[in-house]
Amino acid sequence: MSRLSIIGLVIVVMVVLVALSAPWIATHEVGATNLSMRYIGPSASHWFGTDSTGRDIFSRVVFGAQISLKVGIIVVAVSALFGTVIGSIAGFYGGWIDRFLSGYIFNVFLAFPGLLLAIALVAFLGAGLNKLIFALCIIGWVGYARLIRAQVLKVREYDFVQAARALGAGDLRILTIHILPNAIQPLIVQASLGMAGAVLSEAALSFLGLGVPPPSPSWGVMIEEARDLSTLQAAPHALIFPGIAIALTVLAFNFIGDGLREYLDPKQRRR
Amino acid sequence: MKQKLFGVLRRIGFLVLVVWTVVSLVTLLIELVPGDPAIAVLGEQATPEQLAQFRAKHGLDRPPFFFGFPVDQTGQRQFAWHGLNNRYADYWSSILRGDLGTSFRTERPVFELIAERYPATIQLAITAMLIAVCIAIPLGVIAGKNRGTWIDNALSVIALVGISLPSFVIGPMLVYIFAVKLGWLAPSGRFEWSDIILPAFTLGAALSAILTRMVRSSVIEELGEPYVRTARAKGLSERTVVYKHVLKNGLIPVVTVLGLQLGVLLAGAIITEKIFGWPGLGLLLVEDGIGKRDYSVVQGCVLAISTTYIIANTLTDVLYRWLDPRIRVS
Repeated sequence: MSRLSIIGLVIVVMVVLVALSAPWIATHEVGATNLSMRYIGPSASHWFGTDSTGRDIFSRVVFGAQISLKVGIIVVAVSALFGTVIGSIAGFYGGWIDRFLSGYIFNVFLAFPGLLLAIALVAFLGAGLNKLIFALCIIGWVGYARLIRAQVLKVREYDFVQAARALGAGDLRILTIHILPNAIQPLIVQASLGMAGAVLSEAALSFLGLGVPPPSPSWGVMIEEARDLSTLQAAPHALIFPGIAIALTVLAFNFIGDGLREYLDPKQRRR
Repeated sequence: MKQKLFGVLRRIGFLVLVVWTVVSLVTLLIELVPGDPAIAVLGEQATPEQLAQFRAKHGLDRPPFFFGFPVDQTGQRQFAWHGLNNRYADYWSSILRGDLGTSFRTERPVFELIAERYPATIQLAITAMLIAVCIAIPLGVIAGKNRGTWIDNALSVIALVGISLPSFVIGPMLVYIFAVKLGWLAPSGRFEWSDIILPAFTLGAALSAILTRMVRSSVIEELGEPYVRTARAKGLSERTVVYKHVLKNGLIPVVTVLGLQLGVLLAGAIITEKIFGWPGLGLLLVEDGIGKRDYSVVQGCVLAISTTYIIANTLTDVLYRWLDPRIRVS
């Protein structure tokens, strides 16, 4: 493991711990507004300062980690599972099934720029956490499916698969016991990068007003609320802290994904 | 030759199929709106006459597809065939005539609204791409030439930070520094030529990071090729070797990424345009379309952006094949 992926791992563990223990870490009630305490800079009582309605930014950032991780984990788990099933069917059976799935269905989904499809879906379905998760799964699964298909295509030609078939193993057994365990490695890289992508997309959609509705402390919502000129002038920290939270989380998952990729693909390894 | 022609025809046929599906999906998106779109647009206090008039005007009183399963008097779902008198067929016949319907709010043709905003988005995307290329090529070459040194490591970390910093964080930060603090540039709008600097930089930042990484690995790969040794043996300066020989070959994969990233830029422009009030397709989509529940405008924008994306990807593919004859065979 490279040094950067260890840094990434440490940050991710920290973010997970913060999210899990948010109710105990938060110094203030998360939704409590206090108009006499607006735009206070970082201080002993408000570590990250307060925003335009006097809410404690530290507490909101801490609870925001819960939303980001929840969305990321569900989106990655559902899309990876669905993508693996579809991808292995396409790669294992080949023929017209593969041509239909990988040639047609995958390409239709890839014909939209990812974020646009999510925005369109949520625009018509209406904003909300569950709809956002649904939209991100819809755009997310194709990447896993393509990856697994390519892997299964490769692995199914190996001798041990032929051997298993000669011994009379059924399709399902060959696929789940012999092929998938040998095909799944790159999925871990993709899942790690997928976490980064999901956290980013959640924040982006919430920023656009299409994700989690405003009073809840999504990092994207916090940035949207902090970016009007008067708030920017009076309290730039209202923008900076949630911004750092997003960037650090995304960076950490990217570090891990990158480190894993270099580890699995020695050609890319440095020196 | 015959085989080649067949291959090209197959690809075109395939492209038509994908575009047809994409357009179909977009036209049917409005079916996702929970409840009645007419009420969603006009509000609960609209009179039944207003609602009926609105539905008739935008074809919402007609069935969405050739067939459906409406609930009949007995409460059972029955198969019903609607024939050609449906919204889906209508949408297609209008699209083929270059008509994307009328806006639910302003009564203006959606096509006109899009045509008005389209140039601003393309201008933004291309400027962002140019900025990204100008940053990425020198940095990527420096990193690749100094592979494994601290310079390379530092540039790699900077690139990863660039990829991880979302535009909606970079953008407002730039506004804070250059508009609020320094007062050098306007925080939003599209009036002066200098107004494009901040949005284009915001949009191009992530791309420049991605490209830097690509150029780096390309340069590393090409530096190991025999022709580089030949060029050095001929006594060419390191500068000529890198910029004339290595870069020329190394940029081929970068061209592909550039083409594919144009679509990402178009989608990213939605956010950037909102940050800077840049009057392009993204702002039309987010503010006029989604913000005012103007569903026909949303459909039009999604259609325009995804079509541009598909065209850009196809052209990239053609260009890539033309640049690198090795790929043509397979």
